[in-house]
Amino acid sequence: MKRRSLAAIAPYLWLLAFFLFPFLLVAKLSLSDQALAMPPYAPRLDLAAGVAGIASFLKALDLETYLRLASDRLYLVSYLSSLKFAAVGTVILLLIGYPMAYGMSRFPPAGRQALLMAVILPFWTSFLIRIYAWVAILKPQGLLNAALQGLGLPALSILNTETAVYLGLVYAYLPFMVLPLYAVLERQDPSLMEAAADLGASPLQAFWRVTFPISMPGVAAGALLCFIPMVGEFVIPDLLGGPGTLTLGRTLWTEFFANRDWPAASAVAIVMLVTLVAPLVFLQRRASTLAAAS
Amino acid sequence: MRPGPSLFNRIAVGLGLLFLYAPIVLLVVYSFNASKLVTVWGGFSTRWYQALLHDDQMLAAAWTTLRVGLASATVATVLGTLAAFALVRHPRFAGRTLFTGMIYAPLVLPEVILGLSLLLLFVSLGLPRGLWTVTIGHATLTLCYAAVVIQARLSSFDISLEEAAQDLGCTPTQAFLQVTLPNIAPAVAAAWMLAFTLSLDDLVVASFTSGPGATTLPMRIYSQVRLGVNPEINAVSTLLIGMVACGVIAAYVGQRRSTQRR
Repeated sequence: MKRRSLAAIAPYLWLLAFFLFPFLLVAKLSLSDQALAMPPYAPRLDLAAGVAGIASFLKALDLETYLRLASDRLYLVSYLSSLKFAAVGTVILLLIGYPMAYGMSRFPPAGRQALLMAVILPFWTSFLIRIYAWVAILKPQGLLNAALQGLGLPALSILNTETAVYLGLVYAYLPFMVLPLYAVLERQDPSLMEAAADLGASPLQAFWRVTFPISMPGVAAGALLCFIPMVGEFVIPDLLGGPGTLTLGRTLWTEFFANRDWPAASAVAIVMLVTLVAPLVFLQRRASTLAAAS
Repeated sequence: MRPGPSLFNRIAVGLGLLFLYAPIVLLVVYSFNASKLVTVWGGFSTRWYQALLHDDQMLAAAWTTLRVGLASATVATVLGTLAAFALVRHPRFAGRTLFTGMIYAPLVLPEVILGLSLLLLFVSLGLPRGLWTVTIGHATLTLCYAAVVIQARLSSFDISLEEAAQDLGCTPTQAFLQVTLPNIAPAVAAAWMLAFTLSLDDLVVASFTSGPGATTLPMRIYSQVRLGVNPEINAVSTLLIGMVACGVIAAYVGQRRSTQRR
């Protein structure tokens, strides 16, 4: 038994070195000052100086970058709009994904397999390319407006608006919502619905009082799987949203690549991480209960 | 007996699939458009594919992406297999909670965070950024996906086969290589494919961890897309989609054959 755990050593060390340890660097850098140098920051924590270094670090600790974040409206606006995009996007995804997953689970087994494959396949094709496809559709002289013009309808300007961002989010994350919902709905015993019908429930009542409550683990898993990455989404708001569409992912990117303000970018990352810790822990609990159930 | 799909069920599924596939189909169709304008159909042509062959920057980016993908997918699959093995076969070991956390978190954590943190690591180590740093970044991101895929297969694998092999005199390593690994091989192949396509696809982690001379295909596509829609991008995208679709279908057929044989 003892030797089996040896298998964990290599991936464990890899993840400690390239996943966990770098977070500490981000946290440390978020407390540093910006500087005109390469790399463009002045470290505040000098571990080589030992206890004295840590003491002087703590004495000079002023959370300057975080205060800057709190006082600048730009960051507050992008924080709130990121949360809004993720929350509203998750609700829209549930409204579209649930009927789809439910419909899939009603098909005979062979059809279900093919449908499942059809939902997974887009996940394998490039995310960037799928978002790019929407740029070609939505742009002012794009395919959507050409089609509308052909029908004699007025043109729409959707690209560079919040609508386009929602469209992109829903499009990109739909498989992540459908799959956990489908997994739960497919397992459900059909005799439960029959029992509800025998006891006098209408199909709609049976759905609301039996099927829907049973599918809650799938709803929670799907919602978290979509919400967490959407909070930090960069590509979709950048390509489909206008210059006024501020999100945390985009602000971090701009601070880092355009403004070369590494401490600010790090502080944004830490704020994002702190926001997402609770949903992450919740998701992991869900994942283990879902895995244990199956 | 489960009732068949109602009309409402069929419409919900049909519209959902239409929504998922229409943009991809349009993109592929317009990659064969002779006209440079996206909305005007100028007849069938392969001129954008020919243009690709002469686009040296695009070809270099494709070559970089291919090398990064092959290397990172292989590292990720080896580490992912080990991680899945530890997760399934060893319910308790020191730091298991932290370990599962580190396996699951990168699946959903925004990529900007992972990209930034890896970059800071490479800068603080004084490592020159390039092909290898992108490879490490992608291996870290995709090893978690690989672990999850293999874990699903490994948890349905009958452990008594492995124990029987050990009773017959195999060492645990031999038993793993000769009994377990051939059994989970389809999942290992699927995990490699997934890791490879994710690496092929990634823009964010690559942008942070790459250096001069290591521009990947998504980075190149992204910089072109920012300038506007361009039929050449449609052509590259179609090639990528075709490649991935062939790979997925091959993996699916292979997996079906291996289950039928059993």
